[in-house]
Amino acid sequence: MEFETIIGLEIHAELNTASKMFCGCPTAFGGAPNTSTCPICLGHPGVLPVANREAVADTILLGLALNCKITPRSIFHRKNYFYPDMPKNFQISQYDIPLTADGWLEVEMEGNNRRVGITRVHLEEDTGKSVHIGESGRIHGADFSLEDFNRAGIPLAEIVTEPDLRSPEEARAFMQLLRATLEYLQISDCKMEEGSLRCDANISIAVDGAMGTKVEIKNMNSFRSLFRALSYEDERQRFAIKQGETLVQETRHWDDAAGVTHPLRSKEEAFDYRYFPEPDLVPIEPDPAWVEELRGRLPELPMERLRRFREQYGLSDEIAVMLTSEKALADYFERAVETGQDPVELAKWIAGDLVALLKDAVVPIQSCPLEPRGLGELVALVAQKVISGKMAKEVLKEAFDTGKGPKEIVEAKGLSQIADAGELDAVVDEVIAANPEAAEDMRGGKEQALKFLMGQVMKKTRGQANPEMASDLIKKKLT
Amino acid sequence: MDLTFSGALEIAGLIKNKEITSVEAVEAFLARIDAVEPDVHSYINVSADIARERAAAIDSRLSAGDDAGAFAGVPLAIKDVLSTRGFPTTCGSRMLEGFVPAYDATVVERVNDAGTVMLGKANMDEFAMGSSTENSYFGPTRNPWDLERVPGGSSGGSAAAVAAGEAPWALGSDTGGSIRQPAALCGIVGLKPTYGLVSRYGLVAFASSLDQVGPMTRSVGDCAALLGLIAGHDPCDSTSIDEPAPDYLTGLDGEVKGMKAGIVKELSSDGIEPGVLERFNATVKALEGLGVSCEEVSLPSFEYGLSAYYLIAPAEASSNLARFDGVRYGYRTDLESDDIWEMYDETRAAGFGGEVKRRIMLGTYALSAGYYDAYYAQAQKIRTLIVRDYGRAWDSFDVLVSPTSPSTAFKLGEKMDDPLTMYLSDICTIPVNLAGIPALSLPCGLAEGLPVGFQVMGPPLSEAKIMNVAYALEGVLGFEPRPPLD
Repeated sequence: MEFETIIGLEIHAELNTASKMFCGCPTAFGGAPNTSTCPICLGHPGVLPVANREAVADTILLGLALNCKITPRSIFHRKNYFYPDMPKNFQISQYDIPLTADGWLEVEMEGNNRRVGITRVHLEEDTGKSVHIGESGRIHGADFSLEDFNRAGIPLAEIVTEPDLRSPEEARAFMQLLRATLEYLQISDCKMEEGSLRCDANISIAVDGAMGTKVEIKNMNSFRSLFRALSYEDERQRFAIKQGETLVQETRHWDDAAGVTHPLRSKEEAFDYRYFPEPDLVPIEPDPAWVEELRGRLPELPMERLRRFREQYGLSDEIAVMLTSEKALADYFERAVETGQDPVELAKWIAGDLVALLKDAVVPIQSCPLEPRGLGELVALVAQKVISGKMAKEVLKEAFDTGKGPKEIVEAKGLSQIADAGELDAVVDEVIAANPEAAEDMRGGKEQALKFLMGQVMKKTRGQANPEMASDLIKKKLT
Repeated sequence: MDLTFSGALEIAGLIKNKEITSVEAVEAFLARIDAVEPDVHSYINVSADIARERAAAIDSRLSAGDDAGAFAGVPLAIKDVLSTRGFPTTCGSRMLEGFVPAYDATVVERVNDAGTVMLGKANMDEFAMGSSTENSYFGPTRNPWDLERVPGGSSGGSAAAVAAGEAPWALGSDTGGSIRQPAALCGIVGLKPTYGLVSRYGLVAFASSLDQVGPMTRSVGDCAALLGLIAGHDPCDSTSIDEPAPDYLTGLDGEVKGMKAGIVKELSSDGIEPGVLERFNATVKALEGLGVSCEEVSLPSFEYGLSAYYLIAPAEASSNLARFDGVRYGYRTDLESDDIWEMYDETRAAGFGGEVKRRIMLGTYALSAGYYDAYYAQAQKIRTLIVRDYGRAWDSFDVLVSPTSPSTAFKLGEKMDDPLTMYLSDICTIPVNLAGIPALSLPCGLAEGLPVGFQVMGPPLSEAKIMNVAYALEGVLGFEPRPPLD
């Protein structure tokens, strides 16, 4: 038997428009419950929706970035089902005529390109948020449930892929690229933890080319849990098939703490959503000139930028992926490159020490206290051997903490390396004179002695001797 | 002079000329309401105190020389399906008993801006579903012409209030005839505007693609005036037509000579009561007397209008009424349960009346997987055919005419056990809603002491034209809308 993993994703991205999809309420995250609401998003009797033009523009922009066709005349549908976090007990969504459809996104996996089909990108409204109080933590058996409608009506772009992904790794790579794409377009905050980016997956195992039973996985709230859940499910299904068990088509819930999936409800019990065209909204017929204007607004997308970074700056795969995964990070890098310093060195500093500092301080790159110009300064100081690599790390940390420029720090602290050959020569002579034994050992070829003498030089110069030059001097004098 | 049987334009003139004050006008109508409400029950809630306060405020603005609006101080009844900020809006349902909206419907805002004074919220069939106003949770309204009979529906409260002198004019809503049929049965003028001419924002939806708000008045002039107040683009309603509304009042000149009227065969022969048919034919003669050529026309798709309507309207209603679930507002069951679905079931079982539940069931079924194509999609095709039939008719005719209702007012309880017979009350009015065109019902005399309505239909946005036809007819018919109530 030959097994093949088949994965398709369904992604929901909250769009970061100023107001909600069908009313004027603000979309800001984290307000006190039920403060960003109005009669419209609370579904009061008699209210009507009016579509948010910016949300339509954002969805078209996303469709264009994913190589989709823009539908000349798309419509909204009502998706009917009862749930207390849905004010109207129907969700305004799109059904058989989405805003954009039939595109692709190319993912690079270890040098191989995988073109993943995009079935559709459509626009809909988000629901409110329920908190179920009680032991069950679910609506069933809850003592009571609390509803927060701040999120109700926030515009959501739904992206559905074809079942073109072949492994959990590919699914994760795709999701990361899609996240980067949304981020480059600046249409979503893309925070999986806050729920502004959500992902469900369909996974099945084809056996000898025959399609398997599709299982839907929900509740994956990070890239890591997406990967873990799909890996678990991949294993579970393969094992079941090998055991001769029959898999059921169902929805399974990923339990991140336990590291397992368990059945949520079977498709047979699924709601009949009774879709029908939303009579309160008119069809969306985007003016072709407007679509072209939007196309003109498309920035360089993550995959294009990654390829350019590799070619233009000679960056490694790993570093190029990392820098281009976030638009602001890539922008930072390119501004640093403008200082004329070596791009590879700059990239290393950003991908290594700087990203670690940002992470520790929980600061986004946009608010990095060290300007790209400052990083260029730092790399220049190392290149000119004014400071050592080790000293540069400390200077970077201080620049990050204080916001001072690297040059300023080096000068203020008198940190610059003694790279003056004459000055260093005198120090080395002193050290040799004071340590005749070690000098003798050194002449005898003992490596240990070099280290000792270097230590003495550093001690005398309070660490400011250029290590390379000092070592060369000692060797020259004692061999 | 009896103020309560004066038209709105007349009252506006009296107030403007300082012959009466707004307070006097309001008090006259409140007194009339006190006198006849026990018999007629046109209102669910009378806003007496608010009306008195507002009238006094308008009077002081007027005496200060301020412009308080074109209809400053003129009283008005509003169907209880329109959202009124700070005043209960029940839709005739237990589900919304005591519900106080947080906002005004756009049409309410507009009549307020014109200076009118709301007397109260008029009775109606629950959520506008019905043709007799017997489906109101708050009890039926009776026809001022015969208290044993229904006023029609669903805007029966608005129609009865105007007919009984409890309001000079009223706002109603019409999904399948809910303005025109009660107007006909109560002997007043009622107009269903072109879909999209009047904002639906704040009109509690029954069937969104069919609903329109419209005027219910004692005369065609008042009808033109009230339509003028409420018509026009509203950015809060995506289906609102983005064009300025004309001045309907100045367009009323009675010049109809040379126009062509089509008598719709399918709406004016089978199933029409002889008394109604007699008045209808007499009115056609009167129309011919005005120089309008009248000729029969067949619009075959109309045969399926009722069936299509009773799929589309309930389908949309099943979704529109889903929000009444006991979670955020309105009625909630007292039953203690830890199961939300049980709470929904009990709330909706007790909160909705029988007809509403019937239509929710019908609509849910029509939209269900496996049935959608056979029912909802098929009904939409019939709708397209009806639009086409009308479209063809406009090539040959300026307006189309028919009786508004196949019968005069029927007795209370007569059709309550037979929904299909009740549904047939709207057979003449339904095709208009399916096509989105405007139509007006004009009182054209009595049959055995009960009013008969004459329906004038026109192409989209032809309100000025159909009102002008009705205006010319009104002049020659000489009908006095005053029931023998006292």
